[in-house]
Amino acid sequence: MNALPCTVYISLTGALLTLVLGRRSPGAARVTALGSALLAWGIALVAAYQFHPSPAGLQTLVDVPWIPQLGIRYHLAADGISLTLVVLTGLAATAGILFSWNVEERTGEFFAFYLTLIGGVYGVFLSADAFLFFVFYEIAIVPKYFLISIWGSTNREYGAMKLVLYSFAGSALVLAGLLWAYAAGGAQSFAIGDLAAAATQFSHTQQVGMFALVFLGFGVLAGMFPFHTWAPTGHVAAPTAASMLLAGVVMKLGAYGCLRMALPLFPVGFVFWQPVIAWLAVIGIVYAGLIALVQEDFKFVIGYSSVSHMGFVLLGIAAANVRAVSGAVLQMFSHGVIAGLLFAVVGRMVYDRTHTRKLADLRSMSLYRQIPFAATVFVLAGLASMGMPGFSGFPAELTILIGAWQTSPWCTAIAAFGVLVAAAFTLRVIQVSFFGTSSPSVAGPSHTAAMAPISVPEKIGAALLVGATILVGLKPDLLLNLIEPALRSPLFQGVLNGGAS
Amino acid sequence: MSSLPLLSLIILTPWVGSLLLVCLPGLGARACRGITLAFSLSTLGFALCVLSSFNPAAPGYQFVERRDWISSLNVHYFLGLDGLSLLMVLLTAVVAPAGILASWKLSSDVRFFGLLFLALQGAALGVFLALDFVPWFLFWELSLVPAYFLIKLWGGAGASRAAYQFVIYTIGGSAFMLLGFAGIFLATGSLDFPELSRLGADGTLALKLASLGGFWPMAIFVGILLGLAVKVPLFPFHTWLPSAYAEAPTGVSMFLTGVMSKMGVYGFIRILWPLFPMRLHASAPCLIWLALAGVVLGAFAAMRQTDLKRMVAYSSINHVSYCLLALFAVASANGPGGEPSVAALGGSLLQMFNHGISASALFFCVGILETRSGGLRGAGDFGGIRSSAPLFAGLCGISMFSSLGLPGLNGFVGEFLIFKGVWGLIPWAAALSCLGLFATAYFLLTFWQRVFHGPKSGAAAGGFAELHGVEVVTLAPLVALMFLLGIVPQLLTGLFNPLVGIWVGHFTK
Amino acid sequence: MSPDYAGLFLALRPEGALVLGALTVLALDLSVFRRHSGDLRMALAAMLGGIAVIGAGVLTWMGPHGSVFGGSLMFDRLAITTRLGVLALVLVSLGIASASRAPRNAAEFVAVILFASCGFTLMAAAQQLLLGFLAIELASLSLYVLAGFEKTRPTSAEAGMKYFLFGGMAAAFLLFGFSLLYGLTGSIDLPEIASRLPADPRNPLLVVAFVMVLVAFGFKVAAAPFHLWAPDVYEGAPTASVSVVASASKLAGFAFFTRLLWVGMPTAAGSVAALPVSAGWLPALAAISLFSMLVGNFGALAQQNIRRLLAYSAIAHSGALMLGVMAAGEFGSAPVFYYAATYGLAASGAFGVIAVVERTGPCQKISDLAGLHRRSPLLAGCLGIFILSLAGIPPLAGFFGKFYVFATALRLGGLAGPAGWLVVLAIALSALALYYYLVVLKQALVADPDPEAGPIKVPILAAIALVTAAGLVVLFGVAPSLLLNLP
Repeated sequence: MNALPCTVYISLTGALLTLVLGRRSPGAARVTALGSALLAWGIALVAAYQFHPSPAGLQTLVDVPWIPQLGIRYHLAADGISLTLVVLTGLAATAGILFSWNVEERTGEFFAFYLTLIGGVYGVFLSADAFLFFVFYEIAIVPKYFLISIWGSTNREYGAMKLVLYSFAGSALVLAGLLWAYAAGGAQSFAIGDLAAAATQFSHTQQVGMFALVFLGFGVLAGMFPFHTWAPTGHVAAPTAASMLLAGVVMKLGAYGCLRMALPLFPVGFVFWQPVIAWLAVIGIVYAGLIALVQEDFKFVIGYSSVSHMGFVLLGIAAANVRAVSGAVLQMFSHGVIAGLLFAVVGRMVYDRTHTRKLADLRSMSLYRQIPFAATVFVLAGLASMGMPGFSGFPAELTILIGAWQTSPWCTAIAAFGVLVAAAFTLRVIQVSFFGTSSPSVAGPSHTAAMAPISVPEKIGAALLVGATILVGLKPDLLLNLIEPALRSPLFQGVLNGGAS
Repeated sequence: MSSLPLLSLIILTPWVGSLLLVCLPGLGARACRGITLAFSLSTLGFALCVLSSFNPAAPGYQFVERRDWISSLNVHYFLGLDGLSLLMVLLTAVVAPAGILASWKLSSDVRFFGLLFLALQGAALGVFLALDFVPWFLFWELSLVPAYFLIKLWGGAGASRAAYQFVIYTIGGSAFMLLGFAGIFLATGSLDFPELSRLGADGTLALKLASLGGFWPMAIFVGILLGLAVKVPLFPFHTWLPSAYAEAPTGVSMFLTGVMSKMGVYGFIRILWPLFPMRLHASAPCLIWLALAGVVLGAFAAMRQTDLKRMVAYSSINHVSYCLLALFAVASANGPGGEPSVAALGGSLLQMFNHGISASALFFCVGILETRSGGLRGAGDFGGIRSSAPLFAGLCGISMFSSLGLPGLNGFVGEFLIFKGVWGLIPWAAALSCLGLFATAYFLLTFWQRVFHGPKSGAAAGGFAELHGVEVVTLAPLVALMFLLGIVPQLLTGLFNPLVGIWVGHFTK
Repeated sequence: MSPDYAGLFLALRPEGALVLGALTVLALDLSVFRRHSGDLRMALAAMLGGIAVIGAGVLTWMGPHGSVFGGSLMFDRLAITTRLGVLALVLVSLGIASASRAPRNAAEFVAVILFASCGFTLMAAAQQLLLGFLAIELASLSLYVLAGFEKTRPTSAEAGMKYFLFGGMAAAFLLFGFSLLYGLTGSIDLPEIASRLPADPRNPLLVVAFVMVLVAFGFKVAAAPFHLWAPDVYEGAPTASVSVVASASKLAGFAFFTRLLWVGMPTAAGSVAALPVSAGWLPALAAISLFSMLVGNFGALAQQNIRRLLAYSAIAHSGALMLGVMAAGEFGSAPVFYYAATYGLAASGAFGVIAVVERTGPCQKISDLAGLHRRSPLLAGCLGIFILSLAGIPPLAGFFGKFYVFATALRLGGLAGPAGWLVVLAIALSALALYYYLVVLKQALVADPDPEAGPIKVPILAAIALVTAAGLVVLFGVAPSLLLNLP
């Protein structure tokens, strides 16, 4: 448990090491990167295993004064929610590295940026001080630009710039909101508890304004409709590992920020905005799903599906009861794994072999005969993404639906329609991409000869992710038992009105 | 005996077989077929085991397995079996191996076919045995996946579209059902079927749902109804069915019609009725019309088909609608259900089993026509087959007569009971549904006459090969069952009659 | 008031060291260094200059605290930290100078830099109009020379001329403002001026006085609308000169004017904390800040030239720094100092990288940086750190600087008044700014080099200077308290 902060240090040290080693030997960089990701993940897993929820919620890991002039402390702490996401980060990071084993260009730098991003993400999930949180949050922004613009594919410079500017604009909103709260409340520190205490004296208008700034800022990163457009473009342009991490983990930063910062700090403002958020979430679910249904680019389908799934997370958060929010956190985990898997198949297994992502081209390749492993993985991931029971998406969405029903039945009903849309576009893309032509004669040997078999790192990575989604799907208690006590802690008491009967 | 988790074994054994096939990529076609059949037959074995120690008279579920699963949603891994479930398990145990035998000649990707089929079988069994919403829904949804691929990869020319339509329709229904159960959980905190049935019977459930306010209780009912109705299918949600059944390979069509369409009816009886007796009672007058439409229009549509497979598919709609008709008639009855209710309900259960047997036999026969003629299956493409293949003609004929309800064969008993019951409850409905009966008789006889009688013509002009080993083995047991159940229906009715009595007493007012 | 010459001498030892160093450099260059070739001569001169600066730094550290020479000089926290900061920035600029293509008169270049530093250090401590004016002029005249140092190159000559003309004008304004202040109060001592200023901030003479002062201030730190010299000087002047202009000069300017405004004219400040604003120089400062941020950020968006881009970015940063100046009266000058110092580090570092790249070819267009990551990973890495710090990305110093300034400015009155709105605008514009910073980094870190461009060898002194600057940017970002707790 107390080793958790090491996840941050290990990742950042790993970044430096790979940068140095990568100049001499790409192999060493790969191994170092994998080693540090595994180590960090291992620490996270052990911590999650040994974790005992405490009624106070956050359990302090490190707490030392940092910038006394502003009362800023270097305060890392964890509760069940952060642990869940830290474990997810470790998993996605490890799998991402396995799927980028074939990066040959500027290998060391690739992993350096990658590990920096991961270090920032770990930091965000473990921060208990708003300033620290923000610092890590921004650390995670810049590497994205380079990962996409250097190693990305189609339209990468545009995608990278758009993604980074949206993220940064979002974080600027957050900064404005937090500073406003800090200054207006006369808080003596940036500890979340202190800010929340100061926020109680704010007028209704102030709370509404501050909440809007902070939530919107985080919401942008979480892919909230209508500020989601960066996500598909950026994720499509990104190299495989980066899309896995971006869709899988970085979008969760936004949702996590909403949950950890916006809600507890400004409960009154939240009540005001709640219906708006719920509706935006629902529109996002359905709208992004419908867009995904008509995409002609394989990766765009996945990109939009991420937006659609993040809509469920936001819906859960907007519902503001313990059940819905625990479902939202579960959905964050679940989507992290599933999106990673989908992007891995599309970006690494398929695109690196066929060099096309056009569904029209893939349709004639009948890929399932040539790379059956990829087809299997994609079908499993697709099922998970559809919310098929037995995979992690199902308990998450069910929990969210139940919880959200309590607050906004109409939104929930439309969200259920979103489930159907998700099934439709997933099935369509499965059908077209892998099972295009069912007649075996079309699968000429020309494709077969050109296509490299699925490599061992790919198989291990896919197995890890598939295993995770099935494990959580069959045993959601593993995570729910971590998440729920955290939501019953005093920090969330003001916002979340208990569980269902 | 009781220490063995028999029900889990029933469900999981086919899945183990499926997994085995996944793990043995190098296996030859023959070995694959063998493994598939063996694991498929395991269900029959276990089902007979269960049958031997099953006590029809005991109330409630037997062989119950209940373990904690998802504590925060109060979900349990809850399996149990009563007469209805046993009936369905037995049906699956018969139809699934028959389906595999019917696909014996399949040459492409035998291993993959086998593993999908076994997965499908396991999921279907799970639906019949699970007693908690989450595991039930898990099996319900998972059954779609192998079915989708079986139709898509081994089906005919329009298979892709048909498979897509099939899954989307079903998932569409399921999504609303899921939502409905989310609401139920919110109101009651439970997803346990027996528990919810208890609440449903004494009216507590309705009260608790009313706390959701507005029209939501009604919406929940409609949502669940929708999910089940698509699966059955109830008119007008049937449009996916003809193409899916017609495009699927023979063995799969057999399983779809024999077992999967029963999943819907099973859901009606196991879930919708016990949970919402009052609402079903209130909406039964409308629903009866829908069921009647299925009975009559299904039959008339079948009559207009030239494609034999589509014809059988439409006739399936007709037959399954009988089951629902009976159920709705029972639900609509005012006052404590008497003898007609018992008859209708019993007939409905029996009809589920019988239709499973005879429809899959018919699909198999059409499949034989299709393979022998190289893909033709129009009614006009054949003629005079009886003279070249008398055994085939005979067995096919028996299946048809079973389907149209000739006394002495199994179909008769079920339909007779249904008519008797419905007549006692809602005479006009019974009268109207006779239209369907006549139409069925008409088109089956036309089928019989065109294909088997008359001069040899069409694809059969140059003679028609007789049934051979595997095909006989496939068809003969089904036909034997038709006779057996036609003569001794007590074999089955004994299993569920006590149950039906209790239900009628419980859920009707 | 008996003049305390001994105290004055003690206090001005650092300036003495700088002047002595400058003279030594000149002397040695005439005698010993003559024999050496251009590059080495430059390096030797720069090293000597560096020793002088370090010496001055040590003497500053050990120097007196409090008021000296009857209050003409004030060695408070702001003064001492600024003096140290200025010297450190000059040191970095000297390192850069050693790497630039050697000007013809290397020693003179270094000597003039040292004279300029002398002016900066005096500006940091001056608490008296006359002394302050002299310090500014000493610094400015040196800077004009530095800007036009490569007199044979037309752009450099133009830069020098332009800077001189604008600077001269600004000096005239400043002098006029000072004379009005003296006329109003009969004193040149800032605290005394404060106590004798007319009570009504709308007194016409007073208004003219502080407007004059603000004009000069705007010129000195390149704030809009007095920024017009900046892009041309940044573009044309020798790189090492620009580095001094962008870093040390700015820090000293902010320190001096913060003191002048808040110590000399606190009663005329007015308020921008809430609506309606009350008259004084604060609203005027707020307007300058607004203009600077808008002109700087939007101007930078349109630039193709890396130096002009950095010039506009400098204008934008001045605008943000003004926010800190506005809050300095109530919450102290630490945010301004921190921001200006770390900005100086990053800016001079960025120009240092340009200077080194220039050794192999022109470095004017942004695309001249293309493929820097292949040509010299060290330079690319350092440039990345400097630019990201300018953009305000944590954990680099630029982020905390902004954060600190914004947080302090918001404390003035939350979002109730112009101060708060300016903060929100500044935050929004910083998101916009990331765009043009990333355009630079895209060339340096993403794009592939021109096939003809070979690797770049980084001279050792420059490498030390750049790595130190980059290290400090990271260090002060991670541990801002180190800088905030300095003296």
